[in-house]
Amino acid sequence: MSIQHVMTTVDVAGRRRAGVMSALVVLVVLLLLASLGIGPVRLSPPTVLDALFGGGSDVQQVIVREIRLPRAILGFAIGAMLGLSGAALQGLLRNPLAAPSLFGAPQSAAFGAVLIIALGLADVRSYALPVAAIMAAFASVFVLLAIAGRNAGLLILILAGLAISSLAGAATALVMNLSSNPFVVLEIAFWLLGSLEDRSFRHVMLALPFIAVGAIILLSQRNAFRALSLGEETAQSLGVDVARLRLLVISGVALGVGGAVAVSGTIGFIGLVAPHLMRPLIGHDPARLLVPSALTGAALLLAADIAVRIIPSTSDIKVGVLTSIIGVPFFLYLIMRERRALGGGVA
Amino acid sequence: MTASAFLAAQGLGVTLAGRAVLQDVSLSLSSGHLVALVGPNGAGKTTLLRALAGLVPADGSVHVGGDALSLLPLRERARRFAYLPQGHLVHWPLPARDIVALGRYPHGATDPARLTQKDAEAVLRAMQAADVVELGDRRVTELSGGERSRVALARVFAVEAPVILADEPTSSLDPRHQLDVMKTLRAAADKGTLVIVVTHDLGLAARFADTILVLSDGRLVSQGAAAEALSEQMMADVFRIRAYRAEYQREAVIVPWAEI
Repeated sequence: MSIQHVMTTVDVAGRRRAGVMSALVVLVVLLLLASLGIGPVRLSPPTVLDALFGGGSDVQQVIVREIRLPRAILGFAIGAMLGLSGAALQGLLRNPLAAPSLFGAPQSAAFGAVLIIALGLADVRSYALPVAAIMAAFASVFVLLAIAGRNAGLLILILAGLAISSLAGAATALVMNLSSNPFVVLEIAFWLLGSLEDRSFRHVMLALPFIAVGAIILLSQRNAFRALSLGEETAQSLGVDVARLRLLVISGVALGVGGAVAVSGTIGFIGLVAPHLMRPLIGHDPARLLVPSALTGAALLLAADIAVRIIPSTSDIKVGVLTSIIGVPFFLYLIMRERRALGGGVA
Repeated sequence: MTASAFLAAQGLGVTLAGRAVLQDVSLSLSSGHLVALVGPNGAGKTTLLRALAGLVPADGSVHVGGDALSLLPLRERARRFAYLPQGHLVHWPLPARDIVALGRYPHGATDPARLTQKDAEAVLRAMQAADVVELGDRRVTELSGGERSRVALARVFAVEAPVILADEPTSSLDPRHQLDVMKTLRAAADKGTLVIVVTHDLGLAARFADTILVLSDGRLVSQGAAAEALSEQMMADVFRIRAYRAEYQREAVIVPWAEI
């Protein structure tokens, strides 16, 4: 093998990745257009584009720009953030079963937000909501990684994640239990199911800054995930500040997931599924998985959010319910596939 | 510290969970030497390697290439020490070539797909030195134990650091691969690298090392050429064994024979 050979093998892999990325971008754009077009009033893609850029009737403009556009933007941003968080956590922990929802991050974020609502400290459109959600998400991931310790095995991570999400769920139930106002309880319950319905640009402004900062933090650490493939100690010996990396990843995930949960409620399993869909196409390099996983997450949530509008049902299906209904069986399938690693015990 | 010493430690001590794992270790090692670090289980060999590379908080001081380790930024440390941990752990099925390319991480080449000409050359040299050129496209998880250990060695060579710290690079390898790894490390030392190898194989240590460091209960109890460092008295005191000694093809042969 010569230098040229070293370079060309990289080129082949690189071209393949570029192809996958282009396909993902096209898919996401199509889904965005579909998301703007589908609803009680169906609009064709040309009509959507027309209305988006100021053409068409006033009604069409209102439907596309004020009703459906915030929903599509949130679907894209939240889906992307969840996919990215999943890939980042899997990279940090070198573990294909790591995901925010398995670690109780969204559940904890929801608890933080619910507490604020129930205590009447803020209405559902205030910045106090994402801030509380982010703080709760940060605490949950921090505690999880502290319990799991360095080089934690699958079993410890999953068990600790289960405990934390159960605790967050129980705490949320307690808040609802103690809440005297039935209207607040109903509000919280619906919102916990996870939905993108009736979201406005106010919601977009509420979530987007946090999601953007979280995403930038996670993406800025991508190469460190690759070094971590060799274990924490070796990564450290290669010049990666592992303690700092952990803190940054926890912060990035908490900002993104907290910001997302504050406007959409809990939407699970996209972070788990997205990186898995990409590994056969992109390879296992944790650094290269980040952006494709984000795009896949965006595509998954946009598709799910379109599906809940199409599936005929007597009452609205919430998108968070749909992602869990599809995500949990996928999780079971992964457990089956990783059975050997899980059966290997705690180490 | 002698004038020629490249790596020197003074009063090195490490306490983990309240236990003194390493106490008052002072040493001074020169470039171009292969140093074997031996001692019973739990003597602190791995901890000493980690302390030398600055991977665990330690008392005392380490100087490398004339600079105090504690004053060097993380990346500069990473350029001076290439560290090979036990077990050749790789968490994802990455191509062997990408693993080797991670050796260029301390030099700023954090993406194996975007190596500069200089980094690509270093990767190729390392792969040649460890004889893994033809394994480049294979996933490390599909390689045999012997092949994986050579890929791990290539990753360490790719750093092109003046000091290589290898923790039991021959463990779990068959005899042929053990010789293979030791000869490859010996060749690196002959080219001017300071190579420190932790091993339980006193025979390999005696045969390949210029200097042998003997650790016992966290203390450095002996350092020198094989004949002195692995004297009968030392074997009895530290390892509590008797060894068969001989010479074969003008090289020292030590075979652990009976416990005392």
